[in-house]
Amino acid sequence: MASNDTHTTTRPSVAIHPAGTTASGTEPAGAPVMQLRDVSVYYGSYEAVRGTTMPIQQNQVTAMIGPSGCGKSTVLRALNRMNDPIPGARVSGEVSFHGQDLYARDVDPIQVRRHIGMVFQKPNPFPKSIFDNVAYGLRINGIKGRLDDHVEEALTQAALWDEVKDKLRKSALALSGGQQQRLCIARTIAVKPEVILMDEPCSALDPIATAKIEDLMVELTNDYTIVIVTHNMQQAARVSHHTAFFTAEVDEQQVRHGRLVEFSQTGKLFTNPADKRTEDYITGRFG
Amino acid sequence: MTVTNKSPAARPVLTRRGGSAVGDRVFSWWTLGTGLLVLAILGLILITTVREAWPAFDAMGLRFLTERIWDPNPATGDAIFGALSFAYGTAVSSLIALLFAVPVSVGIALFLTELAPRRLRGPAVTVIDLLAAVPSVVFGLWGILVVAPALVPVYQWMHDILGGIPLLGRLFGPVGSGRNFMTAGLILAIMVTPIITSITREVFSTVPRADKDAALALGATRWEMIKGAVLPHSFGGVVGAVMLGLGRAMGETIAVALVIGGATNITANMFAPGNSMAAVIVQQFGESTGTFTAALIGLGVVLFAMTVLINVLARSVVRRAEARMKGSLA
Repeated sequence: MASNDTHTTTRPSVAIHPAGTTASGTEPAGAPVMQLRDVSVYYGSYEAVRGTTMPIQQNQVTAMIGPSGCGKSTVLRALNRMNDPIPGARVSGEVSFHGQDLYARDVDPIQVRRHIGMVFQKPNPFPKSIFDNVAYGLRINGIKGRLDDHVEEALTQAALWDEVKDKLRKSALALSGGQQQRLCIARTIAVKPEVILMDEPCSALDPIATAKIEDLMVELTNDYTIVIVTHNMQQAARVSHHTAFFTAEVDEQQVRHGRLVEFSQTGKLFTNPADKRTEDYITGRFG
Repeated sequence: MTVTNKSPAARPVLTRRGGSAVGDRVFSWWTLGTGLLVLAILGLILITTVREAWPAFDAMGLRFLTERIWDPNPATGDAIFGALSFAYGTAVSSLIALLFAVPVSVGIALFLTELAPRRLRGPAVTVIDLLAAVPSVVFGLWGILVVAPALVPVYQWMHDILGGIPLLGRLFGPVGSGRNFMTAGLILAIMVTPIITSITREVFSTVPRADKDAALALGATRWEMIKGAVLPHSFGGVVGAVMLGLGRAMGETIAVALVIGGATNITANMFAPGNSMAAVIVQQFGESTGTFTAALIGLGVVLFAMTVLINVLARSVVRRAEARMKGSLA
């Protein structure tokens, strides 16, 4: 029995907040800022992920774990419409952000991504200077004039400022992998999104760089809501408040679909999972 | 002594050379040979053409480059061979060609890589590549029979409107037959567009998905994504494509010979007839002898030198622009 909705049922309903109320303190931590209801993602006629329902809590880290091919990255990309440019990709069900359906007809995907940013698996700074990487997002968001303060603020928040302040005009490609990934985070937070999606942000990094990014994630929950996809269960256990476990299932027609098996508080999911499949996965008997 | 007396099985395995080493050596000699062959051919061309052109260089000295008069059969005195007018014609017609061809080619390439629906891409690419397969003499005949006469009223209209502007108006001077720098430039533009398009398209398609995703995830529109991710990544490759197009335009012979007008002329007026180095060579080589022939080969040497010079310049421009745009790696 999948317990997708055990968590949602413990909360009265999805709290809907007017856009723009962000800072911690004005709202109780843990109110859902996003809500997925029966979300399926298709590539052409292939249903990659079937019927996902889960909340994303404000100012918390929500982790998505599961074996390869379980659709966790696909669901993540559905949260800020990054699947749109893929030919044939389609989403059914509802992904709401402050109560507004992201896939409604009149919603501009550009605006969606300005509120819900994304950090990718492989550090992908632009082939530009460190400064211009951070300034890029500011410029396309119409912030003109002196960007120095904004750039410094973003780099400081991303715990990178001290390492790069003397070489802002140097190429971002000359940085180490861990620095590049923090630069990508700085670039994302420079445009002040509410939610940051991270798709296996540490999988290309060494343990020390990984630890830095994990510290940073915890730090960032003061101002941002984070959703992270990770292959690393320890990482999910270390940084997240809630964890969603996905797996791949083969249906009657022998077609594989990603499915959400269990969503609950991270401590509970790892110590007392409700579903047998979750238990098998976290104890290493599967995947 | 104790070491060498060990059993045969202890023979060092790592130093033995198998059949693979022979293949490696053949491969490296073959590639080195072909690489050197290119240099040898280039050097040979340069040496032999300079030798053939020497009588003209000897007679004219540096004036061969600075003299604008080209008179192989003067009524009195010695023949005068000055390459300047033709070098000017080559430069101007190629420049006009790039002015029109580059924005169009980059636009087509961006459309094909970023915007066009998948099923439209194949046919569109085929059509553009077909354009490259049209023989240049066909372009020349089309230019002389159709394009030049058709453009005369357009040129006239532009002269009437823009000709009065101080300084800038001199570009749009009195119109003659329609066979002029502008027509040559336009025909060249059509001829180089397929080359520039097909290379820039390849360059754009090498931009990593990750770079584009990064821009989109920051809320970039399609154009902002192209500006921020695609173009910086492609700058060097696009310049390379433009240089190949420029090389083709500067070296194009028969099409230019037919439409440029055939006058020894340096003027700001784009609607005046002129001539280019390659066109002069093909027009006059058959009737030339002695120093005259040497002078025509001399034009070839100048054209060769100009092409090399421009390529070297372009490389340094790319290096500097990339350092500025991408930040220095050091």
